[in-house]
Parts: sequence; structure tokens; C-alpha cells
Amino acid sequence: MNYWPLLGIAIVVVGFALRFNPLLVVVGAAVATGLLAGLDFVAVVEALGAAFNGNRYISVTWIILPVIGLLERYGLQQRARGLIENVRGATMGKLLVTYLGFRQITAALGMKDIGGHPQAVRPLVAPMAEAAAVKTHGDLPDDDRDKVKAMAAATDNVGLFFGEDIFFAIASILLIQGVLESYGYELTPLELAVWAIPTAICAFLIHGGRILAFDRRLAKHPSRSEEDRA
Amino acid sequence: MITYEWLYILAGAFFVGWSLLSLRDRRWGNAGFWGLLAASFLLGSHVSDFVNGLLVLGMVGIAGIGGLKRSKPATTTEIEKQNFSELLGNKLFIPALIVPLTAVIGTLLYNYTPFGETALFEPRRETLLLFAIGVLFALAAAIAWLRPPALAPMEEGRRLLDSIGWAAILPQMLAALGAVFALAGVGDIIGSLAGNIIPDGSVLVAVVVFALGMAVFTMIMGNAFAAFPVMAAAIGVPLLIEDYGGNVATIGAVGMLSGFCGTLLTPMAANFNIVPAALLELKDQNGVIRQQVGTAIPLWVCNVIIIYVGGFLLWT
Repeated sequence: MNYWPLLGIAIVVVGFALRFNPLLVVVGAAVATGLLAGLDFVAVVEALGAAFNGNRYISVTWIILPVIGLLERYGLQQRARGLIENVRGATMGKLLVTYLGFRQITAALGMKDIGGHPQAVRPLVAPMAEAAAVKTHGDLPDDDRDKVKAMAAATDNVGLFFGEDIFFAIASILLIQGVLESYGYELTPLELAVWAIPTAICAFLIHGGRILAFDRRLAKHPSRSEEDRA
Repeated sequence: MITYEWLYILAGAFFVGWSLLSLRDRRWGNAGFWGLLAASFLLGSHVSDFVNGLLVLGMVGIAGIGGLKRSKPATTTEIEKQNFSELLGNKLFIPALIVPLTAVIGTLLYNYTPFGETALFEPRRETLLLFAIGVLFALAAAIAWLRPPALAPMEEGRRLLDSIGWAAILPQMLAALGAVFALAGVGDIIGSLAGNIIPDGSVLVAVVVFALGMAVFTMIMGNAFAAFPVMAAAIGVPLLIEDYGGNVATIGAVGMLSGFCGTLLTPMAANFNIVPAALLELKDQNGVIRQQVGTAIPLWVCNVIIIYVGGFLLWT
């Protein structure tokens, strides 16, 4: 067997590590893999064009942007903040668990752009989590503050990843459908999306449990900040 | 009958709009990039594979030389947004909810009532088509309710699109990479390598290798989208579905979610793991990944159990 096409995978790894533009890396890897598999350049460009063309439905979902952008113009994000701020009195643990649930449910309804790191985590979720942690546990050493902020970012990721696939007009569900269809297995997006529900529940229990355990761990070391200052 | 071709024309029209607005804004790179994508949507079905390939190379070229920049179309100020949000209240969520509700309710009606017998939609394409119809409904409702300036919906859309930038077509591009990998036989090579370590007839070991391959490949590629076609070709389809008769939907959906566990663990998934560490000014660039390890690994184990139990034990 010709193992040379595996070099394409190495190109992806090295390209990303060197921080080249990801589109450039992906196309470079595709061309190299095709050539190493014995195709000529024209055939590789044709294969790439056919595959890109065949997967256009994945990018159709961007037509939702004018709706979201228009609502943002009239304060959608501020409204979302207002909703979350109603739980301001809660502890860091409860706050992040609530955000996890909020993120999973809104993503499952297709509103995956309501959260996100630049628009929600940095201005809102992380500062609120930090403030709540300081309020319940007293002043925290910088390392612990960083961990609280990192946990807020992690919560956004987990909520998004394991909520969005329940919404069936999402790119990943459409991709699964497209790949399986190319092997002759015809499925509707809904049939696939229901199988995201068990994992979503596991994700909520595991990550939610870890957030609460993290909050308790911070509580157990109230003196650490004193040592830090000493 | 409404087919995907209608969707491509609709999306193509949107990208034409964004390209023209970029042109007016003298952002040539953006205008070229979205213009080429519009051409791919509008003409893709009518030109040769080679021409489609050239369109791809053109877009990659523009993105590769950094020709795609963020734009700042005129919008409301922070204070105006705050005032609007207080004035309009939670009703602001309604137009956003029209889209998923149209897609969900429409799909259910289409599949479980006589509505489906109208054969209005291309078979098995109804969900995405209804999504697009929902977008048009929501857009009409929001415009009728909020009465924005005429170009505001497209300009606000462009603001979001340009903030996403080249990443907007990365999922489609990774899917294309996966397809080229499949054509070049990468899945078969991995499959033959994996075949050497999977004992004959052991469903559980095959499930573990499939889910592990999804996670590891996702870590390497930074995205589960590129990993999925490869692992489907290597193990998912030939072994799990064809040889062992597993449930296709479970293997596909939860296989992808096993890949998402890998996304939580890799600096290659820069948008999710490295960018937030920078945004939050963490001392440790990998701080976010560190907080995710404890969730990703047990969740991956859950996925293996869900595929094994849901896809095989309960299925057969």
C-alpha cells in the first residue's frame, strides 16, 4: 500500500503549528495528498472544486447573519446580558452552571452566536464569575483568578459544542448527512440531531459537576491568598 | 419542487450583496473573496469541476495574502443599543426564534402530516430549506417591526460576516479536504492500519478505535469536520455499519461528538482555545485547554458507551 498520502496530514500539523492561514494550509494539504496519491495537478484541482461545490450547503447557514446583525443593532446582546445578570447574586459555581445550561439550550435552538468569547465571555461571563468567586471566597491569588477565567471560557466551549448538534440545520449535522449519503445511507438531519441529546446531557452533568467541585475546591483554601501576600 | 439549487441562488444573492457593499467600502480583498464565493454558489452547478477548483484557489489566494479585513459599517452606539434593549425587552428574541421554530415545526409537519404529500421540497432536504424560509420570515418580521434603514440588514450582516472572515468557509473547506483525503485513499490507509489492531468481530474495540481516531484526528486537524470523512471511510462505514450492522445515525452523530472532545484538547482549534486565553489575558496560553481536559476525557468515554449501547446493543 502507498503510505505517502499520509504526508498530507503532516502538512496540516506543521502548517497550523507555524500559524499559516488555515485556508492555505488546508488547500496545500489537499493538493499534496492528491499528488502523492498519484493524481495530476489538474485532477487534484478538479477534485477540490467538486468537493467544495458539493459541500456548498454547509455555508448556506450564513444567510442568518442579517437577522442576528439587525437584532444586535437594536440591543439583542444587551438583552441577553440582562437575562444572565438576573442571577448575579449566585456563586461562581451556580453562575457558570446556569451559563452552561443557557449556552446549551440556545445553541440547540440554533442561536449559537448569542454566546462566544469576544462578545460574551470577555465582557460578561468571566468578570462576573471572577467577581462571584471573590465575593464568596475572599481575595484570590492570580493563579486562581486565571483558573476561574479559563473555566468561564471552557464553559462557553462545552456549552456550544454539546448543544449545537441538537439543532439540525447546523454545519456538522449537514456534513455527517452528506458524508453518509455518499455511501448510500440516506438520513434526515433530525434523525442525526436526536442522537446529540444523550451526549448533551452527559456534558451538562460532567462539566456542571466539575464547575461545582472547582468552586468547592476554591472554598477549601481560603488562606492561600494570605500566603500569597506574605 | 423546491431544491437545494434554490438555496444556492438565495445564498449567492446574499454574497453578491456583501461583495457589492465591500466594493462600495473600497475593501477590494473582501469584495473579491465574497464575490468568488457568490460565483461558486450561483454558477457552481453549471461550470466544470476545474473552474470550481479555480474559484477555490482564488479565495484561498486572497485569504492567504491577508486580503480579507474586518469592516466597520455604521451601526448604533452602545448607549443606543442599551436603550433599545430596555425599550424592546425580551420581544427581541422572537425574530431570532422564528428561524429555529420554522425549521423544527416545519420539519415535523412535513414528515408527520399530509403536508409532506405535497412533495413541495426535494426529498430529505426539507430541514435546511425550511431554515432558509424561516430566515426570510424572520428578516421580514424584524424589518416590519423595527423599520431599520434600507441597507441596515445587509450592512449588519456584513459586519458579522467580516468579523468571521475566511473562517466562514473553513468548515466547507475542511469537508472538501476530507473528500480529497478520501479520494486519495487516506481513510483506507488508516483503515488498513487500524484493521491490524482490531481483533476480528470485536464490536467494542472497533467502536473505541473509531471514537479514538475521531478525537486524535480532530486534535491534529483542529476540527472534527476534516476528521469525520476520514474516520467514516476508515472504520465507521466499512466496519461499524457494514460488517457489524450498527445504527447509522448513532455512529454518525456520536462519532462527530467524539471528535468535538478532541477539539477541547488541541491548540490547533485556535478560535476556541488560544484566542480566548489571549482575550482573557491568561498567563498560560493553554489555560483554557487545561480546564477542559477533565470534561473532555470522561465525556469521550460517555460517547463510546452511547455508540456501543445505542448503536449496537439496543439497535440489534
